[in-house]
Amino acid sequence: MANENARTDVVVIGLGAVGGVAVLPLVNAGLNVIGLEAGGWMTTRDFAPDEVRNNLRDWPQAVPKAKSEIPTSRANINFEAVQGGGHPMMNGVGGTTLHYWAQSWRLNPWDFKTVSETTRRYGAHRIPLDSTVEDWPISYEDLEPYYDTVEYALGVSGNAGNINGTLQPNGNRFEGARARAYPMPGLRSSVFTDLMSDAARQIGWHPFQGPAAINTEVYGDRPGCLYHGFCDRGGCHVAAKSSTAVTTIPEALKSGRLKVITHARVLRIVNDANGRATGVEYLMGNQVMFQPADAVLLASHTYENTRLLLLSKSRQFPNGLANNSRQVGEHYLSHHQGAPVTALFPRNLHNWYGLPAQGVAIDEWADDNFDHSDLDFIGGGNLWVHTDRKPISAAKMSTFDQVPNWGAQWKAFISENADRTNSSYIQKTTLPYRGNRLDLDPLIKDKLGFPVIRITGEYRENELRIAAFTQDRMEEWYRAAGATRIIRAGLGGAMGASTHAYGGTRMGDNPQTNVTNRFGFAHEVKNLGVLGASVMGTSGARNPTLTAQALAWRTTEYLAQNWDAITR
Amino acid sequence: MNKNNNDACTVTTQETSLSRRDLLKGVGLTGAALITGASSSAIAQSSLQQPARARIPVTEAFETLTAAESAALDAFTSRILPSDDGTPGAHEARAVHYIDRGLTGAMAASRELYATGLAALDAHAMEVGSTPFHLLPTSAQDDIIDAMTRNAIPGFAMLNSGFFNTVRTHTIDGTFSDPYYGGNRDFVGWDMIGYPGVRAGSSQEDVRQGRALAPSRQSAYDMPTYTKNPAGPASARSGGAAHGQ
Repeated sequence: MANENARTDVVVIGLGAVGGVAVLPLVNAGLNVIGLEAGGWMTTRDFAPDEVRNNLRDWPQAVPKAKSEIPTSRANINFEAVQGGGHPMMNGVGGTTLHYWAQSWRLNPWDFKTVSETTRRYGAHRIPLDSTVEDWPISYEDLEPYYDTVEYALGVSGNAGNINGTLQPNGNRFEGARARAYPMPGLRSSVFTDLMSDAARQIGWHPFQGPAAINTEVYGDRPGCLYHGFCDRGGCHVAAKSSTAVTTIPEALKSGRLKVITHARVLRIVNDANGRATGVEYLMGNQVMFQPADAVLLASHTYENTRLLLLSKSRQFPNGLANNSRQVGEHYLSHHQGAPVTALFPRNLHNWYGLPAQGVAIDEWADDNFDHSDLDFIGGGNLWVHTDRKPISAAKMSTFDQVPNWGAQWKAFISENADRTNSSYIQKTTLPYRGNRLDLDPLIKDKLGFPVIRITGEYRENELRIAAFTQDRMEEWYRAAGATRIIRAGLGGAMGASTHAYGGTRMGDNPQTNVTNRFGFAHEVKNLGVLGASVMGTSGARNPTLTAQALAWRTTEYLAQNWDAITR
Repeated sequence: MNKNNNDACTVTTQETSLSRRDLLKGVGLTGAALITGASSSAIAQSSLQQPARARIPVTEAFETLTAAESAALDAFTSRILPSDDGTPGAHEARAVHYIDRGLTGAMAASRELYATGLAALDAHAMEVGSTPFHLLPTSAQDDIIDAMTRNAIPGFAMLNSGFFNTVRTHTIDGTFSDPYYGGNRDFVGWDMIGYPGVRAGSSQEDVRQGRALAPSRQSAYDMPTYTKNPAGPASARSGGAAHGQ
């Protein structure tokens, strides 16, 4: 048997975006918590403004564990899945919140009720036939208090659009009602965001600065953003980014009830004859360890959440833990964030030192914010332009078919235009479909010999039509701002590995079609909670992290309040 | 090592004037790279006979590239980002040094591609011009690169658009990277595209100035915060450059 640690109340697998949030309400409730993290601690002094290291060489993401577990992917079962690229997750205390863009959106209320709202407004025939989408078991209103709690616990900046039903002038008029304003105003505007905002107003739209888990003023003991321009895939050099590594995790450590075990590579979750989770087996160096616990919270990442369940086979769960329903890995989707529009302007945009979360959003064409009666799709996309610009990527700008991509003419072109181009980021409603799923790859293994995750998935007609529609809107916006050249990317095909990965352990009342219940606990294993976007059944048209964090807070609060029922 | 204003020197840390002792050491370091068309002893002899303040005649050591490879690659990168217009290009940025260092570490997977690709480039140049690639007239170099991008060099399978794209990407990386990595010497890459340089933060007024902002002229690793040495300069202990603005 493995080396056995002392028993604890709760073991959390992964101290990233969601596990790092969950530990705080757990210790606040008086519970003793062990956090197992595959990576180590990093500090502000590890986060140099270095485009080579952050963006070309994938540091600090490219650490051994995740790198040896890169998923394979294929569009559908007619192809062999291949491994490529990097792993969208990373290991480290704080996880992806160390280096993410920190856009911290609430989903639109429609995203929780896609089926019933579409049926009510347009008829049930408008739900794509091959989609397995369900209404969420909870509503936006159910989650609102947790959004609020997390926004204040982490430190999220933004301009509210709807406070208790009253529309606010500088925010998103399409957002669900919120109880109060953000704890801090949004990131500052810039020459470029002013240009784009003015253009949007000219064509009758309502631009706003998007929300971000980035301080815009001193918040607690952390400073506001310094705008040095290396936020994208880089950790913050002054801890202005509200990563869980500098917010909820240190706050939880102050209680003395959280113990963080770094460099712990979880192998499997163990269960007893009654089908209850008893603890977690992990590898540290060359030692196999066992951490017994009354409750287990699985909080790694969509791919690893599914993989760990599928790898945790036992007599009670021969298909993997909590998978007698065969639903683990189903209802998978990669967010359709691709198919950008890229523009060339006849003037400098002043985007040096910008960041991906400093930008302007248009929500007119997202979710069900516009009438779809005469359209051939449901949902939509959030249009986002931002100020991020760094020298290497700037020099790799599109030539817009104006010049060759090398030589004297090209040199003159990039010398003039490096600060004159912009590429949009359009996040689109993405639905789960029959045939899009995660399972264990039959051939490709990680360094320990365990199979990696295999993604089988492709965007369907609904996503491609949204992509085409939103590209039209995006071009209209760029043209209004004075862009002289426009390039549209292809509409999309295979899903592939994504930072925005959803499903695999979907949350829902029906145990035949969902792995977790409305509180995030497994239908089949009552003391196993699952945290992360893997419980989400729709993507919405915006970044998932804040929603996953609000759900995580809600799951842990439920655990604390129902401790005996869940663990006895 | 002191910089000086000797006309024989371009003002860089790499090509500054050296003492006799430095020259002796330099010959040892760069010996492998220098042995092209002359015996090592002859070069050592001529080096020793140079006046103490003379400029080093060739580049310093490469970590993995051979002399022939570095010459071919320098010429290749110089056509991707030329300096014919009188402003610095990939050669002045020392993109080859960035690539050389990268090939010993993070870019090691491309080492074989460079070995076979650059050998093919010289072999093809010998065929068409009876010289190695770097001694061809630039117009002939351009013709070869243009054909390479169109996969139109029969008999040289390595000289294809894939190899071109790799070299192009790495040339850009090396020209516009932080100088810490061996390229972007004297910040010539950042000046070329109007990037005012890494800094710990920017004000709204800095951003408004855009490329007119006075360049910072520093590497990220010139900031004491990132020396990785907790007992380092006092400015690092007090927060250093990261909090300076």
